[in-house]
Amino acid sequence: MKKSALYWKLFTSTLYLSSFTFGGGYVIVPLMEKKFVQELNWIDEDEMLDLISISQSSPGSLAVNASILIGYRMAGFLGAMTTVLGTILAPLTIITLLSFVYNVVRDNPIVSNLLLGMQAGVAAIIVHVVYSMGMRIIRRKEVIPVLVMIAALIAGILFNVNILYLLFFSGVIGGIATFYQLRTEEKGGQS
Amino acid sequence: MIYLELFISFFQIGLFSFGGGYAALPLIEQQIIDNRGWMTAQQFIDVLTISEMTPGSIAINAATFVGNQVGGIFGGIVATIGVTLPSIMIVLTLAYIYFKYRNIKMVQGVIMGLRPAVVALIASAGLTILLAAFFGESSGIQISNLNWISVALFSLGLFLITKYKLSPIQVMLTTGVLGVLIYSIV
Repeated sequence: MKKSALYWKLFTSTLYLSSFTFGGGYVIVPLMEKKFVQELNWIDEDEMLDLISISQSSPGSLAVNASILIGYRMAGFLGAMTTVLGTILAPLTIITLLSFVYNVVRDNPIVSNLLLGMQAGVAAIIVHVVYSMGMRIIRRKEVIPVLVMIAALIAGILFNVNILYLLFFSGVIGGIATFYQLRTEEKGGQS
Repeated sequence: MIYLELFISFFQIGLFSFGGGYAALPLIEQQIIDNRGWMTAQQFIDVLTISEMTPGSIAINAATFVGNQVGGIFGGIVATIGVTLPSIMIVLTLAYIYFKYRNIKMVQGVIMGLRPAVVALIASAGLTILLAAFFGESSGIQISNLNWISVALFSLGLFLITKYKLSPIQVMLTTGVLGVLIYSIV
């Protein structure tokens, strides 16, 4: 495939996926997998799984991270720039337009009642998200993660501790735990 | 220099939101509502509502929206680039390590360690959202300020998600339409 055709395909694929996918990373990533692994045959299944776990290990949106990796894998740094542009262009355009509409219609009684009703729905969605994420950690039945979660909850809500400190300390704990786990595995392999 | 402030704030949000879309919520709350005062809690929920209804992640949508409100179209573009740039830098670094060594176990371990704290932080931001939905803007948390209709719609929403597995868009449309009907009667 010609270089320019490759960039164009990368751009249109990510633009299409990001324009028509509602519901965030957990919806869009399986669709990316379908597009690039099954339809285009550009990346094999195992490598795609690795790319997804790299996306999950990086900060920011899962969809953006996965698209950067696919672009990089196919066409290097410029490829990554192409796919990230394709992924953010649609939300950027839509929200810019809605931002203007918001200022004009926010005080309209029907719109403000609609948003007031939707706020209750959003609150329910967030409570549900927190509940299922929290349960996933509790179900693993490991002591340290549960303790970290409770400690962070108390520190964050009652004492208003800065988010970055909380992230830093829990990251250090995770690093130490992994270090010991990898070392035990290594020793187990040698004996 | 408003553009620089937008860029720095959203760069930090992008840099530290480990764990998917919702992980950005506590950071947006801290940076945009508490530190900068660019948004009220009510507007924050409105952005969240718009995010759930449109394609694109919460962090990017919030960046574009806040950037637009504070610094016009160019502000929206600057904030969006700011929130995306850390992803590009870190993802490409990890990709480089991965393609070279085929092993990112240590990084994954640290990220797994972050997850419980991230859940707690999202819960803390969720509490702000819940209180703003129940008590309205800055009127204090007293039983007399409690919006019972909002509590009822919230309970209905939670019931629809857990029992009937409705998608976020369906839940919000239901509570939104009911809100229009109920609030215009009472």
